Amino acid sequence: MGLFFHIGRYASFMGSVLRRPEQGAVFRKLLVEEMNAIGLQSLGIVALLSVFMGAVICIQTAHQIGGWIPVYTIGFTVRQTMILEFSPTLIPVILAGKVGSNIASQLGTMRVTEQIDALEIMGVNSAGYLVLPKMIAALTCIPFLVILSMALGIGAGMWVGVSTGVSSAADFEYGMQIDFNAFDVTYALIKTCVFALIISSVSAYHGYFTSGGALEVGRSSTKAVVYAVVIVMVANLLLTQMLLG
Amino acid sequence: MIEIDNVSKSFGDQIVLRDISAQFHPGKVNFIIGRSGSGKSVLTKCTVGLLEPDQGHVTYDGRNFTEMNRRGRKAVRQEIGMLFQGSALFDSMTVAENVMFPLRMFSDATEAEMRDRAAFCLERVELTHATDKFPSELSGGMQKRVGIARAIAMNPKYLFCDEPNSGLDPQTAIVIDNLIGDLTREFNMTTVVVSHDMNSVMEASDFIHFVHQGQIAWHGPTSEILTAKSEALNEFIFASKIMRELRKTVS
Ligand SMILES: Nc1ncnc2c1ncn2[C@@H]1O[C@H](COP(=O)(O)OP(=O)(O)O)[C@@H](O)[C@H]1O
Ligand SMILES: [Mg+2]
Repeated sequence: MGLFFHIGRYASFMGSVLRRPEQGAVFRKLLVEEMNAIGLQSLGIVALLSVFMGAVICIQTAHQIGGWIPVYTIGFTVRQTMILEFSPTLIPVILAGKVGSNIASQLGTMRVTEQIDALEIMGVNSAGYLVLPKMIAALTCIPFLVILSMALGIGAGMWVGVSTGVSSAADFEYGMQIDFNAFDVTYALIKTCVFALIISSVSAYHGYFTSGGALEVGRSSTKAVVYAVVIVMVANLLLTQMLLG
Repeated sequence: MIEIDNVSKSFGDQIVLRDISAQFHPGKVNFIIGRSGSGKSVLTKCTVGLLEPDQGHVTYDGRNFTEMNRRGRKAVRQEIGMLFQGSALFDSMTVAENVMFPLRMFSDATEAEMRDRAAFCLERVELTHATDKFPSELSGGMQKRVGIARAIAMNPKYLFCDEPNSGLDPQTAIVIDNLIGDLTREFNMTTVVVSHDMNSVMEASDFIHFVHQGQIAWHGPTSEILTAKSEALNEFIFASKIMRELRKTVS
């Protein structure tokens, strides 16, 4: 089916999602559950990836510099790479795989087992009930994960740099602070928030409109991840051009 | 009373329902029967608004449901209970939470009142012992009963059951059929049951609508079905040997 069909249906889906929740207490309970699932449960993988990436960027930069390039470039490069691109883009891409497939398969299963129809029959706005807590949880938790990732990556880079002897702690720290532009962090967080909304809403869209059976649930979950990643990448290009270009 | 007026529904160029009209009476178990794929579920979904009819409308006690806005429909839906073919229990919630869910969303009952109501509904379907279990821990028949308990939690005026005993053994099927019949009379609900099982039709129905080729090919009280003159209906009901034997004894 055509692109315009999906855009139209996505827009009206978002219209239903963004309505006021029917029961504040129920909404808050779901929000806490989703923040646990999306945020807390992703801490481990985010920390692990960030530590390794920070360490690898440090070693790679050390390998590339020499001669007239100053040693503090290592600290500088680790900082810039983590803040500008690795944390705000790659972490959301990883989360698109983890969180996105989870959202799509949960909603897809609820669709094919008629649980969504059951909500509708009761008079519940099923899209809002199921999706709004996920989107708000993603919007609040993913930026936090990204800031954590920046800190861990830079910390790990420094630790590896110092312990392998490619940079002194003083050089690394100097590089880390040189030419620092606070707007880079703002840029990163704006990107992250947009990506969080894309990941949660695109995967929810694919799950919610599943039809068929178990096979289609699997297919929706794959599509959710692929579309979320592609849209994140396109948005990344547009936002970077808009904010830094 | 639920009235269906000239409802039609197609998917692409496949016409599923053509110009269907029917009436479902309060305090009675109204069956919609027909072969698999004849459009029974589509008719039910058009009636409750899970699908929009292309034409025609549905009224609930004189209220035109099809033409209502979202808010109006929400009000009517709170008077509707539905048991789904696969039970459609929320698998992240316990049995009690499932039954309490509609109350939690739409009533200002206290936690204790909701627990009491859930306990009452679960007792009515004889599942008091399963209160704190999760749906995945229950058998198919138990899940259906939880589905019924959830459907009646809000004291509905209208109860819909899509193939309430598919996938159940004959004994459990009869328990479910009788439960639906008893509850219908007890709470004077307008009950609509979709089925293709002649056993439950004979067991539990008061009125029957036979869907064939997108139309109601026959309708009438259960007492008249065995002597009906509709050829398509006869083919449907006397498909099994046991029903043919029954016909011999009746005539
Ligand atoms: N959402 C849908 N989209 C397209 N076709 C459908 C849809 N729902 C049902 N149909 C078609 O309508 C026909 C009747 O289906 P249904 O009402 O489910 O039959 P049954 O009488 O067994 O309940 C079938 O041919 C089915 O393929
Ligand atoms: Mg059906």
